[in-house]
Amino acid sequence: MNHHSTVPSGIEFKRHMLSNGLEFVAECNPDAVSTGLAFFVRTGARDESVELSGVSHFLEHMCFKGTPTRSAEDVNRELDEMGSQSNAFTSQEQTVYFCSVLPEYQISALNLLSDIMRPTLRQSDFDTEKQVILEEIAKYDDQPPYGGHDAALAKHFKSHPLGNSVLGTAASVSALTQPQMLEYFHRQYSANNLTLAMAGNIDFDRVLEQLEAVCGEWLNHEIERDIKRVSFTPGTDDITNIQKDSAHQQYIIQIADGPSATDADRSAGQLMSTIFGDDNNSRLFWDLIDTGKAEYAVLESQEYQGTGIFLGYLCCPPEKQHELLQRYYQLTADLHENGVTQQELDTAQAKVCSHIVLRGERPANRMFNVGSNWIQRGTYETTRQAIERIESVTREDIQKVLDKYPLSPATTVATGPKTEQH
Amino acid sequence: MPASAIDTYPFDNGMTLLVEQMPWLESAAVTFLVPAGCQRDPDTQPGLAKLTAEMLQRGCGDLQSRELEQAMDQLGLARNTAVTNYHTRLSAAMPATRLPAALTIYADLLQKPLLPATQIDDGRMVCIQELLAMQDDLSQKLMEQLRIRQYPDPYSRSSHGTLETLQEISIDDVQQFYIQNFTPQETIISIAGNVNSQQIFQTVNDLFGNWTGTETTQIKTTPPPCGHHHIEQESSQTQIGIVFPSVPYSHPDYFQSRGAVGVLSDGMSSRLFSEVREKRGLCYTVFAMCHTLREQGCVLTYAGTTTERAQETLDVLISELIRLGDGILPAELDRLKAKIKSGLIMQQESSNSRASSIAADWHLLGKARTTGELSQILDNLSCDSINHYLSHNRPANFRVVTLGSDTLDTSGVNTTDHTSTNSGAL
Repeated sequence: MNHHSTVPSGIEFKRHMLSNGLEFVAECNPDAVSTGLAFFVRTGARDESVELSGVSHFLEHMCFKGTPTRSAEDVNRELDEMGSQSNAFTSQEQTVYFCSVLPEYQISALNLLSDIMRPTLRQSDFDTEKQVILEEIAKYDDQPPYGGHDAALAKHFKSHPLGNSVLGTAASVSALTQPQMLEYFHRQYSANNLTLAMAGNIDFDRVLEQLEAVCGEWLNHEIERDIKRVSFTPGTDDITNIQKDSAHQQYIIQIADGPSATDADRSAGQLMSTIFGDDNNSRLFWDLIDTGKAEYAVLESQEYQGTGIFLGYLCCPPEKQHELLQRYYQLTADLHENGVTQQELDTAQAKVCSHIVLRGERPANRMFNVGSNWIQRGTYETTRQAIERIESVTREDIQKVLDKYPLSPATTVATGPKTEQH
Repeated sequence: MPASAIDTYPFDNGMTLLVEQMPWLESAAVTFLVPAGCQRDPDTQPGLAKLTAEMLQRGCGDLQSRELEQAMDQLGLARNTAVTNYHTRLSAAMPATRLPAALTIYADLLQKPLLPATQIDDGRMVCIQELLAMQDDLSQKLMEQLRIRQYPDPYSRSSHGTLETLQEISIDDVQQFYIQNFTPQETIISIAGNVNSQQIFQTVNDLFGNWTGTETTQIKTTPPPCGHHHIEQESSQTQIGIVFPSVPYSHPDYFQSRGAVGVLSDGMSSRLFSEVREKRGLCYTVFAMCHTLREQGCVLTYAGTTTERAQETLDVLISELIRLGDGILPAELDRLKAKIKSGLIMQQESSNSRASSIAADWHLLGKARTTGELSQILDNLSCDSINHYLSHNRPANFRVVTLGSDTLDTSGVNTTDHTSTNSGAL
């Protein structure tokens, strides 16, 4: 099935679904000088059981380690020969393989990216790459917030799989076996769990023809993911302190419930967090950063399928943790009580809309946007529509979000040299 | 989308305006490079440039601190301020129609900052917070030490300052630093995006043409400390840095060196990625990069690895650096060219990267290269020319800095330069 819809300025959205369920979505811009391609696989930490913790991310690495027709060296060499800017990442819900190339390489890039979606997963490569993953885990052990992010998600989501760590732990990754990964791969990389998203200068018909040729025979089966909202009630004033003696600063993570990726109030949630906790010219900025009370203090919204969170990050000298949190709670209380002003909303809208325009200039950014929108919401949104969505938010919408999702009490985890409880 | 020409407008007050028109974009971007970097910090007051830049953003002209940020947000400016060794660097990207209004604000910010005495303690605390957080950034800590081992002071300085000096700096010091260093002499303003060059020149002339200031003073230098260095720190990974001298951007051979380092480190088929990470699984992050000042350059190499595998990682890194001296292969260069070329073309999608690029070019070369010129230089690079360069400039005179809980054996590491006396076990 083909669906075409025309949007302003020569940009056209096209999509197609292969008979095996693999979806292809493309924002075609004939004036673009580059082409962005990405395979979005609807799999991530939330799809892992306890014993598989870290497998999605490990598998992402393994996809670059060779296929029946390409060695790992071939994969790396070909990506470079095309002059591509390429990489991959894994989150709670997605594993994304992407590259940006000049338009003349789009078919070669498609051939390569689709090939690595069917990796060999050889035992010897598995063993070597496990060392790289363990190094990556060690790297993050040395970086603020020293595992605090994972600990806060785990504390907030409890047994819900959104509390799973993307990287896993040294123990869980060490214990993973190649047969476990193979089984997980066959389960999750079913054709109907993959979407090819493209943006920029695209020869849609040619890509589609090639996509049919290289992916048309891939098998599919039904895949389950439980996405119903779970309500979380965090305790009051309950701070989990994780000791990190070598740290100089204290890092505090706060999590409260928020709108999900498909909730209509997600735009209001985004603007509320911009007004309250953007890294510049927000309430947290003026109260805590501009005055030097904290090194950083930000709030951002994070949306998942079925649920969402507001994620607060604070950093300050260890002895200031209590004082900073008290002030933070006063600021959230004032926000809930008095809402936001029209001027704050106008400014936040101007800021967010300008960023949408600036980011939208690069096909690589549009590719992420088109792909993410499609797999999270099954929709396509032009830059103009995104701006209209942001501009339509009112103060009342923000008040409703605040009423529905209290920012405090929140799940709180602190890492750093500080020990005593407050 | 052709590679655009760059218009250059020198001003009588010593300032230079560079404009690259990119009519296919909706955006415009501006970069200001003011010669008020931390190399201008008095020896007794490291951190002064940083605190001055912090205070600079606390109001200007008729706008108080909050009004200034408000005005910038209403224009949708995606902005940044940084203090580098040479410059205080201000940059912003925005929808192109907002550029004249943005320039009006920046004209006041650079020429009429309020530098409010009442906010000096807040500004100081901001800098202290950043200094403390930097202590937790181990790779940055390592890279700063690496530059200190390579370049003479003050060219190796970082902008953070120290707790002691930050606590001592007064608003008078800040005002004095501003008067001495925020001057049109050597200031570069670069603008790229959907703009009309002539109109922008008029606007900039109206706003900055009468800016006056003193000439910057000469800088005295002292040579870097000798030998290898170890920073004791409890950590899961040992951070390894290796630096060796190379040619600066202004040198005719720069792109030969850049080509060789590209083979070493650009892309997933590069030598370091293949040998250190892919084949041996020794680390997650490994890279080498050309670093350049106006008249000096070096190559910085980095890897982070768990302590028990650090020695092997160091040994492999050194052997790859030495092997580079034997030359590169045509296929390696072809891949590198493809990668840099597509990167150059994709720069045409971003006003921000072009504004930033041409400003850096002007600073380092006294001219700005178009993407077309860069592409031409790239075409002229050959395996023979790079190998010829490498045969006369083999990577050598390494200085190793490590950070972690254990020291490494560097007795095999060549540090034959005359200033180095401290080779051997760290």
